[in-house]
Amino acid sequence: MRNKIVELKNVTKNFGNQQVLKGIDLNIYENEFLTLLGPSGCGKTTILRIIAGFEEPSGGQVLFNGIEFSKVPPYKREVNTVFQKYALFPFLNVEENVAFGLNLKKTEKGVVGEKVSRMLKLVGLEGFEKRDVDRLSGGQQQRVAIARALVNEPKVLLLDEPLGALDAKLRKEMQVELKKIQKEVGITFIFVTHDQEEALSMSDTVVVMNQGTIQQIGTPVDIYNEPENRFVADFIGESNIIDGQMLRDCLVRFDGMDFECVDKGFKDNEEVEVVLRPEDLVIVKPQEAQIRGRVTSVVFKGVHYEILIETETREYKVHTTQFFETGLSVGIIFDKDDVHVMYKMDY
Amino acid sequence: MKKHIELTENDNVNEDNLKVSGKRKDKNMKSKKLGSILYIGLVFFFLYLPIFVTMIFSFNSSKSLTRWDGFSLRWYERLWTDRDIIAAVWVSVSIALLATVVSTILGTITAIGLSKCRKVLKEWILNVNNIPVLNPDIVTAIGLMILFSSIGFFEKGYMTMLFAHIIFCTPYVITSVYPKVRALDVNLANAAMDLGATPFQALTKVIFPMIKPGIFAGILLSFTMSFDDFVVSYFVTGNGVSNISIVVYNMTKRTNPTINALSTLVIIVIVITMLIVNLVPMLAKRQDKTNMKNERNTK
Repeated sequence: MRNKIVELKNVTKNFGNQQVLKGIDLNIYENEFLTLLGPSGCGKTTILRIIAGFEEPSGGQVLFNGIEFSKVPPYKREVNTVFQKYALFPFLNVEENVAFGLNLKKTEKGVVGEKVSRMLKLVGLEGFEKRDVDRLSGGQQQRVAIARALVNEPKVLLLDEPLGALDAKLRKEMQVELKKIQKEVGITFIFVTHDQEEALSMSDTVVVMNQGTIQQIGTPVDIYNEPENRFVADFIGESNIIDGQMLRDCLVRFDGMDFECVDKGFKDNEEVEVVLRPEDLVIVKPQEAQIRGRVTSVVFKGVHYEILIETETREYKVHTTQFFETGLSVGIIFDKDDVHVMYKMDY
Repeated sequence: MKKHIELTENDNVNEDNLKVSGKRKDKNMKSKKLGSILYIGLVFFFLYLPIFVTMIFSFNSSKSLTRWDGFSLRWYERLWTDRDIIAAVWVSVSIALLATVVSTILGTITAIGLSKCRKVLKEWILNVNNIPVLNPDIVTAIGLMILFSSIGFFEKGYMTMLFAHIIFCTPYVITSVYPKVRALDVNLANAAMDLGATPFQALTKVIFPMIKPGIFAGILLSFTMSFDDFVVSYFVTGNGVSNISIVVYNMTKRTNPTINALSTLVIIVIVITMLIVNLVPMLAKRQDKTNMKNERNTK
């Protein structure tokens, strides 16, 4: 059984008369790479700041190792943060930046040197000890920020969109690197991002948020394959979202046609929403399929073509490696386990 | 022809100048250079001539301020034995130091506090802060004089002068420190606390080093403002307490080369201070560089 390290119980936060967190319940476990994912303004950074101690929750409880700590000041928490723009101290060099926390704790000088050089080795910055931090590239500054936080041996590392300022290629490299570092130091990472691809590729657990509420908590595979509602399906990857009706277990009707599926537990004839991922749809000859339409647009995307097919009732987005000409009449088929049925959201 | 091309390439001149031959352009450049040297020479001449005359006549053996009668140090001896002047130097220096310390602390804390204020309040305070800076000294002086007399709590003298100096120095500190505070990344203090610093440690170990240039500028400004203030000091002092400016003002009523001697000493002190202020950072930088080089070599 994994141990909970941070628990949020019905946490709310108001700024003025605006409620940015509307009752957050969240368990964060030891050694977990957890990502808070959501559009900007959804409250993900506020959760991070509450765990770091820079904000006090307006209501609810925050537990650390089972002990309430929402009133504990940030400098007494076993939590360290990697800030969005790194917030390195420009008047100190790389080594002094990393040693900052240890020196505050009056650590012995030899121990400080040893820990700092071990940490710089971990993040791949050996030989940069005496450099000025503002003479480093964005990626290197990022590594200094990670080393500066990790050298204090926190129980939890908080990362506030740390890869946002890096270019696409470097970001990919740092994603792999961060995951590697997390495995190596074996502590909990709480990572905030609005980039769904980043979240899916790095995390053990993804928490999808919108407008101050949690939409879904799950593994990246769960979140992608079994989105709980329209928001998650829309935010994570691309999808065709269709209004439908659950006739009974494993049978859903939309656009006047009945389709087999694998979802159960809905009420009979319940109004639902159906997600069909573009890459799960297969284009066939019209006579071989229930859904028929005409190709209206073909866009080359590198790995695949993005093809729009217009039927009588709607437009389907299909990803396929095969080329189809515009104007061609086609049919669309899919497997029954590619039909994802979700509860309908109230707007 | 070749020379022509070279010139156009090097000097990035416009089309009109292209028609001017190389030789004539050279001449133009020379006279331009001469003109600028002449100009800067004139500026320095008028700025520094009075100071030099003062310094030279401080060594004059007679009382005349216009006729040179030979070298002597008698005015310096006179200076040394004049108890009024010694007392005034002490008053000026001690008040300048105390006022600088107090107003620097006050102004810096205010500037840091202002950065956390609501925007409306912040703009108000900054605007109000500019009033004493722009206000004519005489208005400030009379205002403070009336204030101190009406309170009647302090006897006019050293303390009133000190308070007045703190009052007019603080706005300068705020004006020089606040831009530095505003330029700070808000997360720097958070980062320090995140790494285990108490709020006070965050202030001393991160915020102060970051705004140090602003604080230094504030210190220099308030020291000079306080040290050479005449108007405010003259109005708020009493009980025979006077600073250098007041003593000099009183002495100018009759010719007295002791003033020249005093001025010369003040100028020398200022020049030495400026040298230290400018040279120390330069030397420190050079030291750093050689240290780094040595380290690299040993590696």
